[in-house]
Order: sequence, then structure tokens, then C-alpha cells
Amino acid sequence: MSTTLQISATSTPRLPRHVKFRFDETRDAWVILGPERVVFPDDIAVEILKRCDGEANVETIAVDLAQGFEVTVETVREDVLEFLRDMAEKGFIEG
Amino acid sequence: MTELGPPLSLLAEVSHRCPLRCGYCSNTLALDPASAELDTANWCRVLEEAAALGVLQVHFSGGEPTVRPDLEKLVACASAAGLYTNLITAGVLLDRTRIQALRDAGLDHFQLSIQDSSAASADKFAGFAGHAKKLEVARWVGELELALTINAVVHRGNLPNLESIIELAVELGAQRLEVAHVQYYGWARLNVAALLPTAEQLDQATATVEAARERLRGKLRIDYVIPDFHAQYPKACMDGWGRRFLGVTPTGKVLPCQAAETIPDLSFDNVREHSLEEIWYRSPAFQRFRGTDWMPEPCRSCDRREIDWGGCRCQALAFTGDAAATDPVCEKSPLHHLVTKATEEANRSTEAEYTYRSWDYRDGGAPTGFGS
Repeated sequence: MSTTLQISATSTPRLPRHVKFRFDETRDAWVILGPERVVFPDDIAVEILKRCDGEANVETIAVDLAQGFEVTVETVREDVLEFLRDMAEKGFIEG
Repeated sequence: MTELGPPLSLLAEVSHRCPLRCGYCSNTLALDPASAELDTANWCRVLEEAAALGVLQVHFSGGEPTVRPDLEKLVACASAAGLYTNLITAGVLLDRTRIQALRDAGLDHFQLSIQDSSAASADKFAGFAGHAKKLEVARWVGELELALTINAVVHRGNLPNLESIIELAVELGAQRLEVAHVQYYGWARLNVAALLPTAEQLDQATATVEAARERLRGKLRIDYVIPDFHAQYPKACMDGWGRRFLGVTPTGKVLPCQAAETIPDLSFDNVREHSLEEIWYRSPAFQRFRGTDWMPEPCRSCDRREIDWGGCRCQALAFTGDAAATDPVCEKSPLHHLVTKATEEANRSTEAEYTYRSWDYRDGGAPTGFGS
């Protein structure tokens, strides 16, 4: 159950059991739900979170996103790592 | 004014029954009897209506929600409707099998209350010998891999043990700890002289929490709810009346805040007669203090009017006798001296009486407020 803050390119991030990430029809927006918390992620965050299935590692996620957005893997990798470390510290991601 | 959107969270007070008798219980003084509680079908309908309205999270609370044998069904209804489900419980009525059943019904999160760090003291504040059982419950919750928050309501009596309360939360395997200062409505208002911390205690508690947050980073998250008595400005109570939150009482009344029933001239629509959507968007009780149009001066022209939304209506009522007054905690309130006086009196009191929550209190009548 512990949250791993050490997220690296080989980590396989996933959402903990107590965190829900789903599309809310009423608000027409993606939403992250945790204990006493509701977060509306931006479009980039949504694309990253959709790929956090506990199987894909950070490198795979970065490569996938770089192709979709036509930017370099290096740029995306750093952004993804920064985002996931921040999410892990908030308890929304496990590594 | 910001346009009104759907609510984010719903507090489902499924029963007022509870084996504990905490003298700071947030329930109303006139408790609802079991015979008047909403049945399973009505609760499920309310939960489905809530999800359709845009509610994202439901908190099952009470009283003690596990007194309801149909709680698993209610959790399953909420979960099927897509709601994030949180159980707020004293834990003392649970066994491992039932916790597993609740988890299997779709429970997302488990919030367990403790009254202090040692059994002797915790059982005294609760008026019930339940502390030892709570420790067992926390262990089962961990074994079943449910996320655990420990909730500790703090006050003058247990604040000296705050360090060991935090240690206990770590030992129990909680990922999150809520250190919540008593909010002085309902039962807590009766016991304010016994419960209100001194300004020094409050500063010490804040320092303890901040140090623990740093020490336990990545291990335990600590949410800290402070009382606003000693503050310059009031809290944005409920994040604004009728903006984010609705509560449903055991008998089906829909409230804009948990303590709203203390306001005498408001009447609350019931889910037995109206849909949740009608109540949220159109009921007089939700409209009464919504937005900024209702505000008196100095709120109306204040640049903080959409930051603290005029503070807390129940607190305004308790101190001034008028729920529509500026929250007197605010230093701009013409009645701010009432708060200063009350805190000074509490700071002076030493041997104050502690009244336990009970079912027959209504016969004694509600107090008129401790500021006057």
C-alpha cells in the first residue's frame, strides 16, 4: 500500500486502489477522485494517466506520447517524470 | 457572481444511532430515531440521483453508519452509480467479515475515528470502551488492502497527546491522518468550556502537525482542520453555502451544511417529496445564503466576499442570534468582541463539565449560545 516516491524511467506507474480516474459526463471532464479530494487534470495529465496501467513503464509512456504529439522523447520523458513524482507525493500514483 | 454548478460531494448520514457518546458529536441535539430512517430503496434512489446530478463523492456517516445492516447494499448502489465511496466510522461494531463485504461491495476508502492515543483517555471522551476494538479494526482494514484514514478530533483534553496520536496513526498503517479541531456546533457547543483549546495549545498543535508532515513525507499525509476562533478572517464554511456540498439526514432532509438544522427559520426539503436536483437548484434553504446577494455589510462590499463567502452561518447564529449576520469571527464584524469574550472565558475555565451525547437531551432544550 505504500507510495513509492522513487519514480524512474523503468517504473510501471499505476493508480492505487483507492484512487479513481474517470470521465464525468455531467461536467464533460476527466476527474481524479481520492479521499476527500477531487482534481480536474489538464489534457496532458489525462493522456499520461490513461497510460498508467501498471504494465507500461515511464519510457514506453514517453515514447508513445512523443509520437502522438510530435515532440522529442527526451522532452516528454522529463515532463512525465516530473508529473508522476508530483502525483506520487500526493498519493495518486504508485510506482 | 460565479455560475452555480452541480455539487461535488454528498454526506449520507444514514443513522443517528451510535454506541459512542462523544461530547463533541456533530449531530443535531434532537437525534432522529431509528423508526424514522429512510429505507434501503429510498437511499439507493438518493445515491443514484446524486450521481446523475454530478456528485462525485459520497461519505457514509452518521451517527454510526455500520448500525445499518443494509450498508453493503448502499455502498454497492453508490459504487454502481460511479460515486467514490468513503466510510466514516467509529469501527466498534465491525468484524473482519463485514469489512471484507463492504470492500467487495465497492468501498473505496475507510475512515476510522480515534478519540485519543490511549484506551483509558479515548474511552473516557467517547463514553464507551471501544479503543481496543478500533486498533483491531485498523489491522483488518490493512490486511484487506483498503486505504485507511485515521480521523482524530482534537480539543483541550487530548491535544497534549497529539504527538502520540500521530505515532498511533503511523503504527496502524494509515496513509492519511485527519487532525480536526472540534467545530463548535451542536453537542460541542454545550461543552465548549471543556473543549476549547487555549491560543497557546492551538499554536503548539499547529507546530506539531507541521513538524510531523515534514518528518513523515511520503509515508503519512496529514490534513489539518483548525478552528477559526483565533483567526483574523472566518473560514469559507462548506466552501460557500450551496456551492459544493449537500447532506442528507437519516430521515431524508437535505441540508446545505451538517449543522444547518440549528438555524430556526429555515425549513429543509425532504428526498421523500422532492428530487435531489430540485432541492439543489431551487429549494429555499439552499438559495437562502447562496452566493453574495444575501450578505449584509461589511461582507457585501468586502473584497473577500467570494473567498470566505461570509464565513459560517451557524457560527453567526450561535454568537449573534442572527444567522444572516457577518460571521463574528471576522475582525471586520461589528460583533467581533463576542468571539473575543468567549475565547477569553474558555481560556480561564479549568474544571468545566463535559456532557455526553444522549437521546433525551431534547427535553432539556437547546442552549442559546455561549457568546451572550
